[in-house]
Amino acid sequence: MTAVSKTQEHVFTPAELKRARYLGITYIVLALFVLWFFGVGSIGEGDATLKLVKPTDRFKEFPNLVLPAAIFSFVVAAMFASLGAIQLTRGFKNMGNVVLAIVLLFFVFSFLTWAAAGKSFSFVGMMQETVKRSIPIALGAMSGVLSERVAVINIAIEGQLLGGAFVAVVVGSAVHPWMGVLAAILTGVVLGWVLAVMAIRYRVDQIIVGVVINLFVLGLTSFITQRILNDNPQFNGSEVFRAIEIPLLSDIPFFGTVLFKQNIFVYVTFALVAVLTYGLFHTKWGLRSRAVGEHPKAADTLGVSVYGYRYLNTLMGGAVAGFGGAYFIQGSVGQFDENMTNGRGFIGLAAMIFGRWHPVGALSAALVFGFAEALSGKLSILQTPIPSEFLGMAPYIVTIVVVAGLVGKARPPAADGQPYIKD
Amino acid sequence: MELQLRGITKRFPGVLANDSVDLTARSGEILGLLGENGAGKTTLMNILYGLYTADEGQIIIDGQERHFEGPGDAIEAGIGMVHQHFMLVPVFTVTENVVLGVEPTNFAGIMDMKEAAREVHEISSKYGLEVDPEAITEDIPVGIQQRVEIIKVLFREAEFLVFDEPTAVLTPQEVEEFFGIIRGLRDAGKAIIFITHKLKEVLKISDRIAVLRDGKVVGHTTPAETTQEALAEMMVGRPVDLLVAKDVASPKEVVLRVDDVFVTDTRDQITVKGLSLEVKAGEIVGIAGIQGNGQTELVEMLTGMRPAASGAVYLNGEDVTDEGPRGIHSRGVAHIPEDRQRRGLVMNFTITENIVLNTYYDPPYSKGIVMDWDAAAAAAAKLVELFDVRTPSISIPANSLSGGNQQKVIVAREFSRDVKLIIAAQPTRGLDVGSIEYIHGRIVRARDAGVAILIVSTELDEVMALSDRLLVMFDGKIVADLDPTQVSATDVGLYMAGATP
Amino acid sequence: MSDQQRPDTSPPDGKGTSQFFQDLTGLGIDWRSAVLVPVLAIITALLVGVVVIVFTDLEALRLWGSDPGAALSKTWSSVSGGYKALFVGSFGSLRAISETMVGAAPLILAGLSVAIGFRAGLFNIGTEGQMLIGGMSAILVGVAFQLPLFLHLPLALIGAAIGGAVWGAVPGILRAKTGAHEVITTIMLNLIALNLVVYLLKSSLFQAEGRTDPISETVAVSARFPRLFGYLHDSQVRVTAGIIFAVLVAWFIYWLLFKTTLGFEFRAVGMNPDGAHYAGMNVVFLYGAVMAVAGALGGLAGADQILSILYRGSPGFSAGIGFDAIALALLGRSHPAGVVAAGVLFGALRSGGQVMQVETDLSIDLILVIQALIVVFIAAPALIKAIYRVRTGRAADLPTTGWGT
Repeated sequence: MTAVSKTQEHVFTPAELKRARYLGITYIVLALFVLWFFGVGSIGEGDATLKLVKPTDRFKEFPNLVLPAAIFSFVVAAMFASLGAIQLTRGFKNMGNVVLAIVLLFFVFSFLTWAAAGKSFSFVGMMQETVKRSIPIALGAMSGVLSERVAVINIAIEGQLLGGAFVAVVVGSAVHPWMGVLAAILTGVVLGWVLAVMAIRYRVDQIIVGVVINLFVLGLTSFITQRILNDNPQFNGSEVFRAIEIPLLSDIPFFGTVLFKQNIFVYVTFALVAVLTYGLFHTKWGLRSRAVGEHPKAADTLGVSVYGYRYLNTLMGGAVAGFGGAYFIQGSVGQFDENMTNGRGFIGLAAMIFGRWHPVGALSAALVFGFAEALSGKLSILQTPIPSEFLGMAPYIVTIVVVAGLVGKARPPAADGQPYIKD
Repeated sequence: MELQLRGITKRFPGVLANDSVDLTARSGEILGLLGENGAGKTTLMNILYGLYTADEGQIIIDGQERHFEGPGDAIEAGIGMVHQHFMLVPVFTVTENVVLGVEPTNFAGIMDMKEAAREVHEISSKYGLEVDPEAITEDIPVGIQQRVEIIKVLFREAEFLVFDEPTAVLTPQEVEEFFGIIRGLRDAGKAIIFITHKLKEVLKISDRIAVLRDGKVVGHTTPAETTQEALAEMMVGRPVDLLVAKDVASPKEVVLRVDDVFVTDTRDQITVKGLSLEVKAGEIVGIAGIQGNGQTELVEMLTGMRPAASGAVYLNGEDVTDEGPRGIHSRGVAHIPEDRQRRGLVMNFTITENIVLNTYYDPPYSKGIVMDWDAAAAAAAKLVELFDVRTPSISIPANSLSGGNQQKVIVAREFSRDVKLIIAAQPTRGLDVGSIEYIHGRIVRARDAGVAILIVSTELDEVMALSDRLLVMFDGKIVADLDPTQVSATDVGLYMAGATP
Repeated sequence: MSDQQRPDTSPPDGKGTSQFFQDLTGLGIDWRSAVLVPVLAIITALLVGVVVIVFTDLEALRLWGSDPGAALSKTWSSVSGGYKALFVGSFGSLRAISETMVGAAPLILAGLSVAIGFRAGLFNIGTEGQMLIGGMSAILVGVAFQLPLFLHLPLALIGAAIGGAVWGAVPGILRAKTGAHEVITTIMLNLIALNLVVYLLKSSLFQAEGRTDPISETVAVSARFPRLFGYLHDSQVRVTAGIIFAVLVAWFIYWLLFKTTLGFEFRAVGMNPDGAHYAGMNVVFLYGAVMAVAGALGGLAGADQILSILYRGSPGFSAGIGFDAIALALLGRSHPAGVVAAGVLFGALRSGGQVMQVETDLSIDLILVIQALIVVFIAAPALIKAIYRVRTGRAADLPTTGWGT
């Protein structure tokens, strides 16, 4: 047990000290890892060239990022070691999470230089891919933020994504791609409504309802795919929305390509994050929603309709997830496959927890997961000795580490998951 | 203005909570509504506030009958309520809590928090309710939180203010201050309904008193016409001895010694800060203090449920600082926990299962790893009889018992073991007078049998009446060691607030 | 509330069958909740299945406008054909019953894995991953040794149980130590296991000789569950001793949960972890222990899948049984006896569903829909009560919790 000092200004509690110590040790272990695998491992392999622009870009002569792989990793290892030493001796106080983020960022870069040593690869392409892949995850996470802020746990995001994708392809190919998106949103709303009725009216355990909705949607979409879509390709091929280049902004080297040459789903997602953040913390709707999630009885005694807000937000969350489902079709491949969402909804849920129930945090977490996905796709091209299965596991391992509280303990809405019982 | 309740009746399955209740509250007057726990006061007020619907009866305001579908309608009609358990969102600022439900907005529902903060400030200076509008609610003391609740009600321009057991969390000095505030509100023309089970307070503050018993109004009176004894008899329905009957204690050897302990709470804040105390065999030591001064963490640490950050605890001379709950209670310590439904019982378990909850692993209830449910049932049947637990069967879950009987199950389990030390936190919270008397009697009998007893309670009257020695806890430390027969409640109150008389 | 008792809704005291029945229903619910509601739930789910079939029959739907008679007969033939195949394929012959039992054995074991988690307040969605790890352990033991049956089979099962237990204990310990919710961690561990199995199947340790795809060697005959009707020399009657093993394990879990101190602790933690902590139980150990037991059961389910049916590992050999198990545990009220009954039902659905897929144009995914619907009606008995106007006692609480600790 650590003795508690009585005179110090900021008194660290035993738990904080323990975590700080773990982090310090982690940094040193990472330093050794980087030194040995990425540093020594790339001696004599030459420079890694990370391309920051595409040949089609306006400023295509913008220089590439060329890093001497071994030396870079040695520098990173030295940096980690000193950060670890500082962490262990006096700590970083409030900057702890910033330092952690910096360490992770440099770890990834060190890894990239090792993997690309003596070769060159399109970093800009990978980041563009990162943004794309993070979209359904981010939308799933936003859906979770909406419903969990009013204390309704939504495990059914996966089912809402999958159901949305299915309906998007059928309506999108039979009627019009835009109608497909609209129908996907409605599908999300309907599934959100089922969740809401079960959770709020019948007070069924919310996690069970979510699991069941996922099973149901998976079964039904697979059944119909086999029975109808496979023999009727006219129902399974929708137009994919093209990328929209934002004038001027899309000309910025690197960032323009990554952020402003994307399709409408990307822009809507970013807008949604902004609107939700403002809405949650500066509007009447947001204040009441948060009150319903934190202390429903207090909200009720002030005449705020607890059930009303729970229905409203769960339906809105469904709409967002349904829109995320349409991304798989109109935003990506245009075709439906059985179980094509493949766990993105659950990753979205993890992103929401990672992002501490805050839209901006959730988007950041989604980008991290999107990066992991893009990376594993890229690395198979670079032919690293790491088996692709291990790269496939990486985002899931990260998720476990995250929910286990490496980044500090998150605090969910106080009433999360609990039905509100009016006497 | 005048508010009338006429013939209000409310039934719950198996219980008649309100039985044709008539009441009147008027502007510029404080109505004291007295009744013991379970008399139906809170049910009545929840009906008035639109949280429940009455089965029969009318609510009439200024001669006009009103129907409340929910609290919104009651607020609309000018009724405001300060609940016993504060209805504040812990993570919100004071202003956010005040405006919730009636937010001042610009276009598109965007809140004008500047305007809101200004209004909060205006109300607080007008009625002498000082608060910081920007403070986060969970960080401010309970006394200030209560002011926020009052500001909330005034912000909604309520004319009828209902206070449900408002003094439970206050020191005697804060109670005085609070009384000053509500007198000010009365003089400003508000109608006040003051709900309590405390006889002294209702005599002190009310202009008129109504007494509720078993869901019925059993009498109206005024402070001038009545006495504490008469009110107590009206409230309980039989003559009540207001004091705990006990002889002078004869303390023997030290059983529990606590030496300079520090403890952190769930949020990792240090709440017990270098506390030391001793409890001897055959004495009752009471710890008084305002809720949130580290009592909860102290009790959890002493019973092994929470580790000490530093310091030491000795039980009969043996160092037990690092023992868990089982190590503590197997050394003859009984623990009556603060929150009986969360800690003391497994609500879905049967009475039998709850009776063996912390002894199941020893004979006769188990042999090796195999449970002997017949032995457990026999023990449960015996204890239910002995401790007067009113239940149709020992095979029903604990959650179908009343609060008093749930507490008796815990007392039966803890007192029936061979114990040397009893640690009881809020042992009578929320119980009716009959159950309180019974549990007090059991505690005194255990003391007379030579058991060391530590009582932690925020009910100052209770600890003062029950203790042989009274400790006051403030900000994680013991700040006074007093003889309860030689000290006034006012002085204890000053210690509770961190001052010295 | 006054000091009066609330009305008594529970059955009177007693031993023997009523005690068993109370254990079965958990909280002393009456027979309507325990038996009638599940039966009605199954019937209702099958009826909704009919609706699904009708509305996905495009040809028939087109015919309704022009030739309602033909449409009706087409619809009728696809519904009746499907359900007939479902029934015949599950109970219509010795072979069908055998297939039902073949399907039931891993389902029962997996269902127990989820059920014991529910009893201890943990939602084990990780049975699928535990099956994979357990199954791989069984393959390892089954391939690596040459031993007599009475040693080899138990050894393979023990290996599977240990593998599953380790995989299962991780989320339990994380939950107790860090508050990481087991729903998230078990889902992640499933996905990790899925990747790990593909990697392992391609590694020299597992991969069958001369193969480049991820597939393992075949386990030795001495490690396999013996066939029950081997003397018939009918290769289509595949039922093995696995089903007997599964039922024995169910009985053991019943004894563990309701007759032992450890079971008492599991249930106490499940219903009130704070109360269990107060009572001196080691909540961290119990969360770990219960998830280890759940994982071991999942591992055994995976082992049965290998040692009774497949004999070799291929990617995703758990075949979604771990997810069906969630529905199954809910249907069986998280009681071992209920899980056995529900396991047989789900085994029948699987076996019949396969026949249906082969004989008609209905895919086996219909079974997933029916199972999901069964659980909806079980979890929301109010729906069933409203539809059929059944009156019941109180419903069972299935304890899962929010994200908080």
